[in-house]
Amino acid sequence: MKNNTFGQYFPGNSLLHRMDPRMKLIVTILYIVMIFCAKNVLSFAFLLLLTVFLILISRISVRIVLRSIRPIIFIVLFTVVFNIFLTGGTGEPLAAFWIFEIYREGIVRAILMALRVIILITGTGVLLTYTTSPIALADAIESLLGPLKKIHVPVHEFAMMMTIALRFIPTLIEETDRIMSALKARGADFSNGSIVKRVKALIPILIPLFVSAFKRAEELAVAMECRCYRGGEGRTKLHVLHYRFSDFVWLFFFVLFLVSVFLINAFSPIKIAY
Amino acid sequence: MSFIEAEHVSFTYDDGTPESVPALRDMTLTIEEREYVAVLGHNGSGKSTFAKLLNLILLPTEGKLSVAGHTVSEEMSEDDVFAVRRQVGMVFQNPDNQMVATTVEEDVAFGPENLGIPHPELAERVSGALECVGMSAFARHAPHQLSGGQKQRVAIAGIIAMMPRCIVFDESTAMLDPVGRSEVMATMEKLNREQGITIIHITHYMEEAARANRIIVINDGELFMDGTPREVFSRAEELRSVGLELTQSGELIHELRLAGMADLPNDCLTEDECVEAILRAYRARNGGAS
Repeated sequence: MKNNTFGQYFPGNSLLHRMDPRMKLIVTILYIVMIFCAKNVLSFAFLLLLTVFLILISRISVRIVLRSIRPIIFIVLFTVVFNIFLTGGTGEPLAAFWIFEIYREGIVRAILMALRVIILITGTGVLLTYTTSPIALADAIESLLGPLKKIHVPVHEFAMMMTIALRFIPTLIEETDRIMSALKARGADFSNGSIVKRVKALIPILIPLFVSAFKRAEELAVAMECRCYRGGEGRTKLHVLHYRFSDFVWLFFFVLFLVSVFLINAFSPIKIAY
Repeated sequence: MSFIEAEHVSFTYDDGTPESVPALRDMTLTIEEREYVAVLGHNGSGKSTFAKLLNLILLPTEGKLSVAGHTVSEEMSEDDVFAVRRQVGMVFQNPDNQMVATTVEEDVAFGPENLGIPHPELAERVSGALECVGMSAFARHAPHQLSGGQKQRVAIAGIIAMMPRCIVFDESTAMLDPVGRSEVMATMEKLNREQGITIIHITHYMEEAARANRIIVINDGELFMDGTPREVFSRAEELRSVGLELTQSGELIHELRLAGMADLPNDCLTEDECVEAILRAYRARNGGAS
């Protein structure tokens, strides 16, 4: 349990790893918009190519990227089944039984929708979660939401909370391990019995964990105050984020991609769509 | 004016309520700049309360306290409070619960960031502080990858980076293994010796207190003894009466003296001194033969 890397970040030095985290957030948003704007087979093909390209330049192993589909496989199947059976069509049905009729449009639509979910998960994965450390992400969010400070949104406090949460995840995992060992040593059983029984066995872990987390929080607050913490006002930062030229190149390309998707939607010679 | 001046200072938890607990009573003492002071006391003696008064986590309920030239009072402005905290750093007992950031260097930078230190001085202070505690090689490590002693040294670096005049160690060695403890002790002594930082080390380990230049013993919230380690250690019976045990070598000498070897000096601090003293006494008995 101790060696689990939290989050899904895989350290590396690819082009995607080196992009400024703020720019990554921005292009990720553009990427998501693109995916939801894609309307026909050609624009989906374009997005599929783009996603494959992103996966390749992230230098994250394809196996790991594909593994990220596993938790959503049920949603994908669900989407496929519903789209196949519930999409009406204009031509003759390809097959019909009982109250269901399957049309060509339904099949196309099912494939495109499944593709949409899959490229959404894998693409945002390599753009953001796999290639950005959680702490860089917290910094990026703080920086991007900075203007909201003017209308008294506690952006700095929010980022600080995220940082501290990330800082304490390994500590709390260690603590959970220790509590579980202590309970096991006294004969507790976490791996047998019904689900209800196993969930109940977790209560004696959670209670001491919560108690100690609160105690830690209190001590940490005192320690922070001793180090002159008084909110975000007037603070400097050790690592300041700097946009580089390459970040704007990325932005340019993603805007270009978005425009391309719209153009393909509008002028595609292949009119298969849903 | 001394760095810390306490006149008849008392502190009571939950003052004015039925549950009020007096933790410190009528403390009068001064601590000069550049001193290396150990504060001894058994659990619940009020020594940690004393530490918390020094950087204004707690304010005295009675008496007059001044720290780094600022007179402590309820009416102090927030800026004055932080001006004191900036000069009196504090290292706590649990190394895990005082690290804020996810990497060592960012944690060390936390204090100076709060002070608004600009670049490039900020980065210089961080690398300087890490070098001072010998943790430069770990700048990019995450806190959970470090041992207890290493974490505590990072915590010390975090304080050094704020450039305080005084560092209070509130039982900072209590949760460490012997290796970690000696690392922290060595760092403490180095800071006092090389940078002239006032060190106030709150502890219940006699061996650690013996290394200071001055020992203050607190018992039941009252100042019990105040003197050099030699003076304090020579009063073994009194120390024992307040629940403090001598070091093992001190204990040995004390027992030997009680057993009739009254010519042994009663103020040995280290094991070496103890060996020397016993040898000398032994030789004296045997008429100086070899």
